[in-house]
Amino acid sequence: MASDSTIILLGERGEIKPKPRGETRRFSLGRFALVTITLFTFAFLYVPIAVLIVFSFNSARTGATWQSFTLQWYERVFSNARILESAANSLIVAVLSTLGAVVIGTLMAMAMERYRFRGKGVWDGLLYLPVIVPEIVMGISLLIFFAAVNISRGLLTLVISHIAFCMPFVYLTMRARLADFDRSVEEAAQDLGANEWVTFRRITLPLLMPGIISSALLAFTLSLDDFVISFFVTGVGSQTLPVYIWGQIRRGITPEINAISALMLVLSIFLVIAAQFIQRRQRT
Amino acid sequence: MIQVFREHRSLRIAGLMGPGAFWLVVFFLIPLLIMAVISFMSRDQFGFPAPPFTLGNYWDVVKDIRFNPSISFVGGLNIRLFDGLYLELFWRSIWLSLVSTIITLLIAFPVALFMSRLPRGYRSLTLFLVMIPFWTNFLVRTYALQFMLRGNGPINTLLRALGLEPIDLLFTPAAVMIGLVYGNLPFMILPLYTSLEKFDWTMIEAANDLGANTLQAFRRVMLPLVSPGLVAGSILTFVPAVGSYITVELMGGGRTNMIGYTIAQQFSASVNWPFGSALSLLMMIIVTIAAVLYFRSGRGEQRTVL
Repeated sequence: MASDSTIILLGERGEIKPKPRGETRRFSLGRFALVTITLFTFAFLYVPIAVLIVFSFNSARTGATWQSFTLQWYERVFSNARILESAANSLIVAVLSTLGAVVIGTLMAMAMERYRFRGKGVWDGLLYLPVIVPEIVMGISLLIFFAAVNISRGLLTLVISHIAFCMPFVYLTMRARLADFDRSVEEAAQDLGANEWVTFRRITLPLLMPGIISSALLAFTLSLDDFVISFFVTGVGSQTLPVYIWGQIRRGITPEINAISALMLVLSIFLVIAAQFIQRRQRT
Repeated sequence: MIQVFREHRSLRIAGLMGPGAFWLVVFFLIPLLIMAVISFMSRDQFGFPAPPFTLGNYWDVVKDIRFNPSISFVGGLNIRLFDGLYLELFWRSIWLSLVSTIITLLIAFPVALFMSRLPRGYRSLTLFLVMIPFWTNFLVRTYALQFMLRGNGPINTLLRALGLEPIDLLFTPAAVMIGLVYGNLPFMILPLYTSLEKFDWTMIEAANDLGANTLQAFRRVMLPLVSPGLVAGSILTFVPAVGSYITVELMGGGRTNMIGYTIAQQFSASVNWPFGSALSLLMMIIVTIAAVLYFRSGRGEQRTVL
């Protein structure tokens, strides 16, 4: 079956150039190995998720024997005030921190890409640090910080922290986009009499928009996904959805969690499609 | 106002850099510095930091290290020179993370290679299939894996139905390893794919024409050119693995302890902020050294791959 799919997936030739000399045999063996590994890997990645979704419709409360199809866990999710509240918190935090991270990250990328100034190298290094500092360290250092300056934990501390860890990713994405940016368009606009503000509003910003949108999607997902940092900076009554899920998982088996997980998966698929769509449009 | 900004270059730079720089310093750098300071403080009766300053927290990490060479055959060949609770903890964390990174790499490389050589349409399809787990909540995915491996989970139910012995994998070091690989695979595949997609295969042909065999062509031509993806993927896998908390709890049940998990405990279950801060600082130093060494080892422009 795997060798059939080799032909289906790669075509008779695919984009692999035909090998002139007598190497076909060895290469098809290698190709067979690649297909097998890839299929197993995708199965490994998807089977647990698929099983979880299937069991979110199972009426049995515990165990993995199939009883009957039910929607009751989904009904419970939508009638549970705590779940709805944490979902709302997650959304509020994600929207606000995406806005914040995108604005300050983009501005910083513009400064770093377009100007030379003293201390630039230091900032360059600093902006990489959040990528290599384990999130648990970031979480507890923020916990200590908020305790030290006496800010009580809640939505505000969540937003502040989420901006802090999303911003470097926005920055890195935008910096890469800005590096490819053709500045002659801006010069042309200025030659035609546009001042800098008009040039920015009418030329730079629209051209950067696809990059801004994809970095916003990245920040939004990072924020929605985050558990570890949120866990340490969240307060009573400001739980995000992952923090709520964590509490439920630790308490034991709750089929509602399967239903929430399935819903979150659907959301991720939607976000990926949105991101792909934007990239596609950008290319044309 | 706008006039001022227009005329002064340094003001404009300050305006652009300002908010981001502020955020980075106040909500990233200063918290880390405070954490570093606290790691040199004593604890009060509740476990919170209190004066006087001390080196005690670091001493607690190293004080029980003894030179005690031993060889055992439990779980393969085990050669140990030193003993020590926290030494072992750090060593186990680094070892598990390293092995999981290597396994992830060994799986991800062929997958990314295969994806990069597919015709365009299939390439976007497989890319899409990697993006979904990449963007799906890590906690939810780890929970899904735990659900699969539970004592009365789907795998064991199936095994029992087939009349086979159920497997008792959950809450073992192996389960933690599987969890780390499962969780990090997308983060390895994606950067590797980005590098491999750009790779010009005629270079291999050129190498072959110049007399290189497949292995030489791979090592001398392909590896250097895909190293940015390799480095990015490995760092994105190794760093979270060392500090992992979710995986240790859900897959290991807290029994296979790792450093990130122990740190979290100092701030929740058994409160001891100064000691937790000391452990965090040590972990950060180790991770940073590992990352810098690794960055250095792969030459070329790394910034292009996120």
